[in-house]
Amino acid sequence: MYKYDAIDQKIVDERVAQFRGQTERFLAGQLSEEEFRPLRLQNGLYVQKHAPMLRVAIPYGQLSSKQVRMMAHIARKYDRGYGHFTTRQNIQYNWPELKNVPDILADLATVEMHAIQTSGNCIRNTTSDQFAGVAHDELIDPRPYAELIRQWSTFHPEFAYLPRKFKIAINGAAEDRAGTLFHDIGIHTIKDEGGDIAFRILVGGGLGRTPILGHVIHESLPKQHLFTYLDAILRVYNRFGRRDNMYKARIKILVKELGLEKFRAEVEAEWAHLKDGPSTLTQSEIDRVASHFIDPAYETLPAVDTGFEHHLLESKAFARWVERNVFGHKKSGYAAVTLSLKKTGAAPGDATDTQLDAVADLADTFSFGEIRVSHEQNLILADVKKHDLFAVWQRAKTIGFATPNIGLLTDIISCPGGDFCSLANAKSIPIADAIQRRFDDLDYLFDIGDLAINISGCMNACGHHHVGHIGILGVDKHGAEFYQVTIGGNQGFNGKNDAALGKVIGPSFAQHEMADVIEKLIKTYVTLRHQDELFLDTAKRVGLDPFKASVYDKNAGKQAGHAEAEVANV
Amino acid sequence: MSDFKIIRDGELVDDDWTLVPTDGDVPATGKIIVPLKLWLSARLLPSDSLNVLTARQEPVGVWLDGSDDVSVLADSIATIPLIAINFPKFTDGRGYSAAALLRTRYSFKGELRAIGDVLRDQLFYMRRVGFNEFAVRADKDIADALNALRDFSETYQASTIDPIPLFRRRTALITEA
Repeated sequence: MYKYDAIDQKIVDERVAQFRGQTERFLAGQLSEEEFRPLRLQNGLYVQKHAPMLRVAIPYGQLSSKQVRMMAHIARKYDRGYGHFTTRQNIQYNWPELKNVPDILADLATVEMHAIQTSGNCIRNTTSDQFAGVAHDELIDPRPYAELIRQWSTFHPEFAYLPRKFKIAINGAAEDRAGTLFHDIGIHTIKDEGGDIAFRILVGGGLGRTPILGHVIHESLPKQHLFTYLDAILRVYNRFGRRDNMYKARIKILVKELGLEKFRAEVEAEWAHLKDGPSTLTQSEIDRVASHFIDPAYETLPAVDTGFEHHLLESKAFARWVERNVFGHKKSGYAAVTLSLKKTGAAPGDATDTQLDAVADLADTFSFGEIRVSHEQNLILADVKKHDLFAVWQRAKTIGFATPNIGLLTDIISCPGGDFCSLANAKSIPIADAIQRRFDDLDYLFDIGDLAINISGCMNACGHHHVGHIGILGVDKHGAEFYQVTIGGNQGFNGKNDAALGKVIGPSFAQHEMADVIEKLIKTYVTLRHQDELFLDTAKRVGLDPFKASVYDKNAGKQAGHAEAEVANV
Repeated sequence: MSDFKIIRDGELVDDDWTLVPTDGDVPATGKIIVPLKLWLSARLLPSDSLNVLTARQEPVGVWLDGSDDVSVLADSIATIPLIAINFPKFTDGRGYSAAALLRTRYSFKGELRAIGDVLRDQLFYMRRVGFNEFAVRADKDIADALNALRDFSETYQASTIDPIPLFRRRTALITEA
């Protein structure tokens, strides 16, 4: 992974000093709350229900064991012993004290970590495929370009006060595991006709209040033009993006209002002045950064490991875990393991200090000391020998991270919701918990197969509910917490890359109804499915009606008027 | 002349310009910064003794909002001694792109001043995009604001004041260290 040199380290250290001064001036009354707000946000600090919330960046999902131990240390020393992994490759601490935040950032800086631009109306942490560099279906490793974008976007002077937040995701595999279609800018690393590395650039995707899939603005951008082209897009957005209404301020609205062709023409006109200028990437810089992402010292191993095969036959529980939590590796004899942070009874994406320390130990013993985090809020050991999978499974079980449910119904993606977040209309975690408890039969879960449930506590869509096969959105109905359900969304995870936004099935439900609703939807699918057909495919084939009938026919008390009101709200 | 201090090229100096507000009266003498609308309308008039701007002996600058189109200044850019960009709110980032465009696209060489909601914690970025003068909001300590220009000793991207990005200088920097 990328190692800071003296300059990278100095920049992060100076950021800590800068924020320490800003915090002191705020606490001394020299900075108003309004003046301090964007400064703290651009250092990941929100003011939340119970305490400030600190969001720390995990750039494109890559972590060393040393960094994970530091995350555990922060949880212990400054928080209540745990952290929450988000849907955008960050970790959040829910209970720090404002006065301690500069010290937390200073601790993080000692392990090359920071909270820079994890919030605020600026270019956020760039996200990527959690299996980047090891995936069996990878075309080009996106990590060097993700790091280059991290550096380009860090303290970009022109784009620190954009109309709204700006998120970039980059993916280099056949499957889109980074959700590039629902980012402000999505990037695919590809090869052009001559075999050189290039980028397909998408723009204007996003979830939130107005979910839109991104459009291809450049089919094949030669790699040296990455920064100048991004500068051109951002400059057009910074100048012309709406600032009068925060709900219409994302770049997707600008692209929609101008139309893709007009927007592209604006970008091209701007780019004509920047193209081939000093910001044009050099091969030596690409090589310098790429040299940090070379393969670890893999052993030459046979594709089949007899010990592993033996355990597969011997233990059904292990075989199930392998079926769901082990991912194909490019290197013979190796596999990537997903540690599930979705055990029933724990909030999705939460990890305690003890668990984090144990994961760091696992990585040191079995996976070259490196860990990744996925936007599905799980942790990954990317380079495990097949021979070691059984040992990893046993040790993961002892810390509660071996639930064999990756991609299954209980692998619920959820924002922190109303328990913690001051933006939320409704709680998310109790809904996830109720669903996980209802589906406690592993045979049934395996029979249902791939099914993504995404829960967001509000329209900001941090739980990416629009792209859940079943999406759940917390809504406020006359001051009470209700939940709207969508069906048919897809982030493009199933290898088909048929990203889609879910459709609302009808009036929203009360919290206590939700487990029943999900159960009815699943029963409908099981009844209607063709052999081996997944929920998403059945839903696509039969449409919403059978699902609606299953949940609404007996709910005579519901009024049709509510449905229209809430659909309009999306 | 006012006793108001500004930051110019990293130093605290007396402000020797008078800012003429929108629809404000133009003072008879002194260096003035006039609103874009007035500046544009004066340009359409003959350059005679009746022209309130071109008839002056003292320099005339122009101020505009970050949302204004700076390309309207392009034709006479070499003759303008000072351009001020107004930040109606410090969170409105359009002024940064306006400044970058003036300095790079239109090669503006005169004084580029940030006015309006100009605060310490934005100064570092403002200087990078090309502002060299800062009229820090009157209720703030301008001497304190000066410190912000030293917040970072190195930066990644190219900008107006460092046209060569770090990646083209990095090897040399690391070797020296």
